[in-house]
Amino acid sequence: MSELNKLRLAEARDALRAGDVTSVELTDACLDAIEGAGALNAFVHNTPEMARDQATAADARIKAGDVPAMCGLPIGIKDLFCTKGVPSQAGSRILEGFLPEYESTVSQNLLNNGAVMLGKLNMDEFAMGSSNETSVYGNVVNPWKVDARDLTPGGSSGGSASAVAADLCLAATGTDTGGSIRQPAAFTGITGIKPTYGRCSRWGVVAFASSLDQAGPMTKSVRDAAIMLEAMCGHDPKDSTSADLPVPDFEAMLTGDIKGKKIGIPVEYRMDGMPEEIETLWKNGAEMLRDAGAEIVDISLPHTKYALPAYYVIAPAEASSNLARYDGVRYGHRAKLDHGDGITEMYEKTRAEGFGAEVQRRIMIGTYVLSAGFYDAYYNRARKVRTLIKKDFEDVFAKGIDAILTPATPSSAFGLGEASDDPVQMYLNDVFTVTVNMAGLPGIAVPAGMDAQGLPLGLQLIGHPWEEADLLNTAYALEARAGFVAKPDKWW
Amino acid sequence: MSIDERTAARVAKLARIKVEPEALPVLAAEFNTILGFIEQLEEVDVEGVEPMTSVTPQRLKRRDDVVTDGDQQGAVLTNAPDAREGFFAVPKVVE
Repeated sequence: MSELNKLRLAEARDALRAGDVTSVELTDACLDAIEGAGALNAFVHNTPEMARDQATAADARIKAGDVPAMCGLPIGIKDLFCTKGVPSQAGSRILEGFLPEYESTVSQNLLNNGAVMLGKLNMDEFAMGSSNETSVYGNVVNPWKVDARDLTPGGSSGGSASAVAADLCLAATGTDTGGSIRQPAAFTGITGIKPTYGRCSRWGVVAFASSLDQAGPMTKSVRDAAIMLEAMCGHDPKDSTSADLPVPDFEAMLTGDIKGKKIGIPVEYRMDGMPEEIETLWKNGAEMLRDAGAEIVDISLPHTKYALPAYYVIAPAEASSNLARYDGVRYGHRAKLDHGDGITEMYEKTRAEGFGAEVQRRIMIGTYVLSAGFYDAYYNRARKVRTLIKKDFEDVFAKGIDAILTPATPSSAFGLGEASDDPVQMYLNDVFTVTVNMAGLPGIAVPAGMDAQGLPLGLQLIGHPWEEADLLNTAYALEARAGFVAKPDKWW
Repeated sequence: MSIDERTAARVAKLARIKVEPEALPVLAAEFNTILGFIEQLEEVDVEGVEPMTSVTPQRLKRRDDVVTDGDQQGAVLTNAPDAREGFFAVPKVVE
């Protein structure tokens, strides 16, 4: 078998089980691909020895007939997940040198399921960004290229997206607070699902905005997303918001039969100035689902416009609280102090040196909206708006809508450096995805077409809470009809 | 609401982030851009709406009030920038 790193999870799993390939061979193919892909800057901490040991162990397990879902499959882990004994920096200088003494529940679940970890993946610092330009490791580059420019893979899970699209690993973990799985998946022509809030344990995942953060898989197909999501999720007593619900067999529910399903098209997502290509893609997507037997219904989600501004109150507020822990005392960076500096100077210098500009900005915005006199005007108002946003979805679901179809992003991937001047302009990248986090719903991005330049575009499907199986099945039907198979030409 | 340099300095202080005085005008301008965007929320009628506390309706689980973890002093201190004699070391806090 040639170019084993290009396999999908499902193909590799079947080949492993049939004895056609070993995990060591798969792992070596990925390690070679990673070695040759320094220009993408996707992998930032490589763990080849650990990977080969895990692959050898997986091969032994397969031989012994003990083959869990991810057994022997080499994957990348976003740097936001704490991995025992392996650098876990959340893309930040403030966690330089940090070696966790513990393993995040999600990565532990994957390891228990036999997965092989190739290394840690680049990301926006503390998952704050939509272009992977805020990382201490430097920018990630999108493997898709149409001219001399380097394009962004999106963010914050930009390293994960770039690595999967470039076949450096079979799949990767991502996390999504406002769109950080779905936007980069769309920018790189791969699949990414953010499950219902509470599906994946947040324990051991460096916290950004705890009421919004969710982990999910980034993969080369919907089937792969089903396989990997099932291995990642499940109840965890160590996360009080983790749902104590049974995890269905997501893959078994991929029938592609969506006859009679009602798919909503929200009128508010038709934004002024939206590129015509996005509009066309969206129409085509609706047509594909109709062709599969679904009924397409226009719906209204009246508070859509307010999701992004409410997010930019709630997420920074939670971040300012979560990131208070980086004080130079217990772990990570501590600034060199001048003679006579006290503890306050230590905090202030440590945090000024350790956090990048965007993280500092968000911490301070969060501090401001939570400060005395502004708490009601900003924070409480945003939480009330969040209630209304969630109610919008509940209302349409109550009317029998099974899933909602929207564009995943307002554009295709843009050039690195082209959008980093104005923070608000950058925030608009998440305009279609952020509502889903605000309402705690599952959302999936599926590659569905190309723009005129030859860059991938994605569509988003939004489902009922806890109904990931149904959502994945609708995505599976969309994927089959979109028939997106393009891959970036190797230039790196 | 407009943020001036004095307010920006106060917020930086509250957030325990050292900001040099010459950086304050830019910071204040950025805050104003972001807050201008956030101020759209004032258009929304939130009369009688409850602020969201939990996005998924759930009752937090309870467990017996017993010690379930501990005795990991070494592991806890491993990543400390300055650990001495089993403690985190910091600059003098009290005069």
